[in-house]
Amino acid sequence: MPKLTIDDLKRIKQEKSQIFALRMGEIPFEKTRHVLLCSGTGCHATGSLSVMDSLQQEINQQGLSENVIIVETGCNGFCALGPIMVVQPDGIFYQKVKPEDAKELVESHFKGNKPVERLMYSEPLAKKKVIPKLSDIPFFSNQLTRVLRNKGLINPESIDEYIARDGYFAAAKALQEMTSETIIEEVLASGIRGRGGAGFPTGLKWRFAFQSKNDVKYVLCNADEGDPGAFMDRSILEADPHSVIEGMVIAAKAINAHEGFIYCRTEYPLAIRRLQLAIDTAKEYGFVGENIFDTGFDLNIEICQGAGAFVCGEETALMASVEGKRGMPRPRPPFPAHQGLWKKPSILNNVETLASIPQIILNGSKWYSSVGTGSSKGTKVFALSGDVNNIGLVEVPMGASLRDIIFKIGGGIPNKRKFKAVQLGGPSGGCVPEQYLDTSVDFEEIVKVGAIMGSGGVIIMDDQTCMVDMARFFMDFIQEESCGKCTPCREGTRRLLEILEKICEGNGEPEDLATLEELSYVIKDSALCGLGQTAPNPVLSTLRYFRHEYEAHINEKHCPAKRCPALLKFEVDPERCKMCGVCFKACPTNAIIWKKKEVAVIDKEKCVKCLTCFSKCKFDAID
Amino acid sequence: MLNRERPEHPDITLDMWNIIDDIITENQQKPGALIAVLRKSQDVVGYLPSVLMDYISSGLNISKSEVYGVATFYSLFSMTPKGRHTIKVCMGTACYVKGIKETVERISNEYKLCFGGTTSDRRFSMESVRCLGACGLAPVVVVGQDTHGDVKADNILNILNRYE
Repeated sequence: MPKLTIDDLKRIKQEKSQIFALRMGEIPFEKTRHVLLCSGTGCHATGSLSVMDSLQQEINQQGLSENVIIVETGCNGFCALGPIMVVQPDGIFYQKVKPEDAKELVESHFKGNKPVERLMYSEPLAKKKVIPKLSDIPFFSNQLTRVLRNKGLINPESIDEYIARDGYFAAAKALQEMTSETIIEEVLASGIRGRGGAGFPTGLKWRFAFQSKNDVKYVLCNADEGDPGAFMDRSILEADPHSVIEGMVIAAKAINAHEGFIYCRTEYPLAIRRLQLAIDTAKEYGFVGENIFDTGFDLNIEICQGAGAFVCGEETALMASVEGKRGMPRPRPPFPAHQGLWKKPSILNNVETLASIPQIILNGSKWYSSVGTGSSKGTKVFALSGDVNNIGLVEVPMGASLRDIIFKIGGGIPNKRKFKAVQLGGPSGGCVPEQYLDTSVDFEEIVKVGAIMGSGGVIIMDDQTCMVDMARFFMDFIQEESCGKCTPCREGTRRLLEILEKICEGNGEPEDLATLEELSYVIKDSALCGLGQTAPNPVLSTLRYFRHEYEAHINEKHCPAKRCPALLKFEVDPERCKMCGVCFKACPTNAIIWKKKEVAVIDKEKCVKCLTCFSKCKFDAID
Repeated sequence: MLNRERPEHPDITLDMWNIIDDIITENQQKPGALIAVLRKSQDVVGYLPSVLMDYISSGLNISKSEVYGVATFYSLFSMTPKGRHTIKVCMGTACYVKGIKETVERISNEYKLCFGGTTSDRRFSMESVRCLGACGLAPVVVVGQDTHGDVKADNILNILNRYE
């Protein structure tokens, strides 16, 4: 197949302009509808593929196959409500669609033009008010999508659809009209900082690598999204893989590299499949490979699969892993811009960063920096999860407040529980309590309240979460994932974990808190890489804001959130018990004795302390 | 076929050896291919017996200690046989907050299974995995190729019953 030119790109965009006007709801309904069905990992798990089959069958049977087109899109971001589908140009949003719903959808909506109300979204806070249109749902309407602009809109497996959304125009511009210097200038001026966590200015990183003299250089993409609770990179790779590849082409031109690697977690099989397909089609079209856009510029891109090691998200460890070695970090300098992969100058950028680059080149640095705060420009994608009504991905301008993200977009805390803390930045981050909810989220402000931006995981916790147990959870994670190279991290995190376990088991002593703090600071000061240096953050931030919980565990041998089994009595309080029997029905070992109109009693011989009754009881009656 | 004697192993059939030879030949000249070779070989056999690691070591001309070092470093690799169905339990933060601990305890109690272990009838193996990025469905458990969301202690046993 001949390589495409900029004129071909324009032609493809023109050909598809009507389709996208329809899919974006910009033109009124005439006779064609597009059903945008989410086909991301989340919706696959909840059955979107079988929904698609039965929907297609029903459409065919009703003779509507000409007028109703099903489009498999990438991850829509509102994963908790999957399978999700959006019908355009009507703009109707359907959630939790099941294969059995196909008949009704086709007959009522597609044939009778009467949308099916029972499958629509309802507002969790405002008395279950039904909101039919996607554009009216606060979860979507309060977002500003730039990086995620193509999610739920294009078929990620079609390169033409990406082109129709201005895809590869930026690469053409960068290669044909710009030099390395002007690209770097533009990226620097945009103010974009690395979205992987550290927030280093991307343009500066590129400049260092550009200035490094060598015949061989590498451009790498970090798709080893290891922070638990962060899934924006997965979503981008599944929904818009070409945006990352285009970003890499531009980055390669900027530093003059001809080899690229995408280091992707093996836990993301769908992302890897779509990426590979995207690379192959980009090669066919001539956007990757030799003599790209007839400019004489070459770039090969390969996927390198991880093998399950959190530390490989650290840049020097990642490069060791690409070299086929154990993923252990090494001291810097030399920085990768001078000596990276195979000791050659290299840059490593995060998925979200690279996916932002094409738009910066196309729309200009001014456009990009028009939103954001003084030091943090552009938008940031956050992954909301935990105890929040609207779980999913949200993109907002830098500087949005935590309160807006959690309550306005996230829809607040489910089951009428109280907000307790929000964990930001993964295992390297910290827990932020209620009094700081008005903090505006940018790289600097977040650090002031004891957390970090990290990759953008936002995990919300309600009042049933024990903060000592959370610190223990993170430390368990970190000591397991510590690569073992440097002593402070290998030994220090293990000792921190032991102390936290001791406290959770009710054997804590008052002096433990001082030891935790001292040890934490020693690890922060002396560990080799970012993983170790930030490892104590969850301990320090919980100690800072929830010290009283630690003290309750130690002094009163009491867990206020009722999560630490060793500190619980497993007794029902007759005063608070409403005799409803929910605990009786839920108990897996039949350890609860209960009859109608009687207070429940726990048989401690049979009880396995699984805490099921605690989570089921609505009256907080078990101690 | 590689010009090398194949060791005997009860879990590695002739077909498997042929595929492994292809994997090694394909990657022999490629720098940094060890992790990919180990991953693909494990996909074929199900785990990495030590004779297989030695075979890969001589095939790629990489020292045994380096192969073993890499295989033990990454959590993806296993040196013990797996059950017919692997239960991967997501131990990410979102799943933890949503109660994956109780789910794990239910599995452990029912099948006498711990992380990294296999039931005596080789029906199930259980592994803990880092965040699967499906936090919207938390708590998440993957059995074989199937991802199950909202897996609470109450419903996990019903799900596992479907896998014989």
